[in-house]
Amino acid sequence: MIYVDNNATSCVADDVVEAMLPFFTRHFGNPSSMYAFAVEAARPMERAREQVAQLLNAAYADEVIFTSCGTESDNAAVLGVLAALPRKNHVITTAVEHPAVYNLGEELQRRGVHVTYLPVNRDGLISLDALRAAITDKTALVSCMWANNETGVLLPIQEACAIAHEHGVLFHTDAVQAVGKIPVDVQAAGVDLLSLSGHKFHAPKGIGALYIKRGTRVRPLFVGGHQEHGRRAGTENVPYIVGLGMAAALAAGFLDDEATRVKALRDMLETELLARIPVAQVNGHRTLRTPNTTNITFAYVEGEAMLLSMSDLGICASSGSACTSGSLEPSHVLRAMGLSHEEAHGAVRFSLSRYTSAADIAGIIEGLPPIVARLRAMSPFTPPELRA
Amino acid sequence: MWEYNQKVLEYFRNPKNMGEIENPDGVGEVGSMACGDAMRLTLRIDRAAGRITDAKFKTFGCASAIASASVLTELIIGKTVAEAMQVSNEDIVNALGGLPTAKMHCSVLGHDAVLAAINNYRGVQSTHQTDDEGKIVCRCFAVTDTHIERVARENKLRTVDEITNFTKAGGACKSCHVAIQDILDRQWGTVADADAPTDCQKQRETRCCQKPKGKACGCAAARTKG
Repeated sequence: MIYVDNNATSCVADDVVEAMLPFFTRHFGNPSSMYAFAVEAARPMERAREQVAQLLNAAYADEVIFTSCGTESDNAAVLGVLAALPRKNHVITTAVEHPAVYNLGEELQRRGVHVTYLPVNRDGLISLDALRAAITDKTALVSCMWANNETGVLLPIQEACAIAHEHGVLFHTDAVQAVGKIPVDVQAAGVDLLSLSGHKFHAPKGIGALYIKRGTRVRPLFVGGHQEHGRRAGTENVPYIVGLGMAAALAAGFLDDEATRVKALRDMLETELLARIPVAQVNGHRTLRTPNTTNITFAYVEGEAMLLSMSDLGICASSGSACTSGSLEPSHVLRAMGLSHEEAHGAVRFSLSRYTSAADIAGIIEGLPPIVARLRAMSPFTPPELRA
Repeated sequence: MWEYNQKVLEYFRNPKNMGEIENPDGVGEVGSMACGDAMRLTLRIDRAAGRITDAKFKTFGCASAIASASVLTELIIGKTVAEAMQVSNEDIVNALGGLPTAKMHCSVLGHDAVLAAINNYRGVQSTHQTDDEGKIVCRCFAVTDTHIERVARENKLRTVDEITNFTKAGGACKSCHVAIQDILDRQWGTVADADAPTDCQKQRETRCCQKPKGKACGCAAARTKG
């Protein structure tokens, strides 16, 4: 199998599994309990908090709270800030957010909150002037993703955050696709809140974290016990938290690999596919991108048919096609970037990881051209010169 | 991933009658790039016998769109023009051994292509399906009210969800859901859901079976639900 869908989910690292296992068996205690046995669970949990804080360069470990997933972190951030600022009723976000923020914005609109979706240009980037213009005295929060899940495009977080702060507005970033792939420094960026998800960087599904800068007022999403200092009630998921900590520690050690080897493989994949397949284009900014992601449109073919044919060769990737999205609309991200429906329908995303090998990339480079040629021969839109 | 059956996958991997007939007697072009599936059907028709002797397709679309087009050509080759017009989207689905519900519109596309190609053969002025005189209801996918009415009638569809699965109408911005519901209400009468439509066991999500306990319509699906 050639797995190049790491922006969807990633395999769990062996060391992570290893680190988790004792907490299902020997150290099953509830970290909130008073006896020494519980400390065997509580201490590793705090160690994991430090590991995550370190990966983010957070000033204090207690700025990190553990959640069940990236979506929970996003919801906790946006809803929590709105609840803490009852006089404000405006949120600014972008047109290319993951559904965890994008659809939350639509839900907020139904609840009477004003939501501004900043447009993006063909490269997938927002305009800072547009952000500045959108801020009002009612704005509670700017929520802007760090890296886009479909294209890997990196949004100008530091600059956008500075603008928000100039106006006294809090700043949240969904960094689910950035953490573990590029250096993420919450202090340098200046963000108040940051969401991350474990399964995007080789921790298991079902664990995420939310960074909340000290002093930021956020009402809790989950109300109950005193866990996470009352910021996220519910018995802590100790094994998964320990797994997330281990994954964070490992990721820190692989950031160089991402920036060099993984990036080189991605670039090779892109260059070779564009050279071998006519009328193909890369979607999104070519340099302001995570090193592991490429999104390519192969004109005249439909994404789902591509994925199914690739699946027959054991290649796992994903697509901007409507048929793969569950809804009937093609990718809102690619549409927001100004791609036509047909360009969006024919988009395929490859997302690599530290486990991607040169042989994997060679397999895709060999496998893809005949698939595109076969589907183009079938397509009524293929111009005669491209028919095999 | 959609769960396609082996037959659909086989037609997708090795489609029959893919291509284009030169100087065809009838051409049908339906769907559009915007919708994410489009089909061009070309027919060779023995004019004396009024019989389709050959059919070829080209499709831009997902696996089920390709499989639907391919099996359609097999269904209509050898049939008279009148017989071919009777081939419904249900026949296409049955020949494929079933399609995922959300992919039903692919079979409708095939059916529309036959009608368009035969209209073209007969010299009837119609670029798309015969319903095209209707008013656009779903702007996202350019679906007309007459088309929704016909597909609802032929497939006995009673909910907006079903209409979306069969025609795509209402699948994107959802702003036309009220308009679709109005069409359904006109088609079946607003009392229809209270009156136990006999076909709802076919589609378990039909509204009549989602009534609160005690008001269930008594259809098979409602009974099996308890």
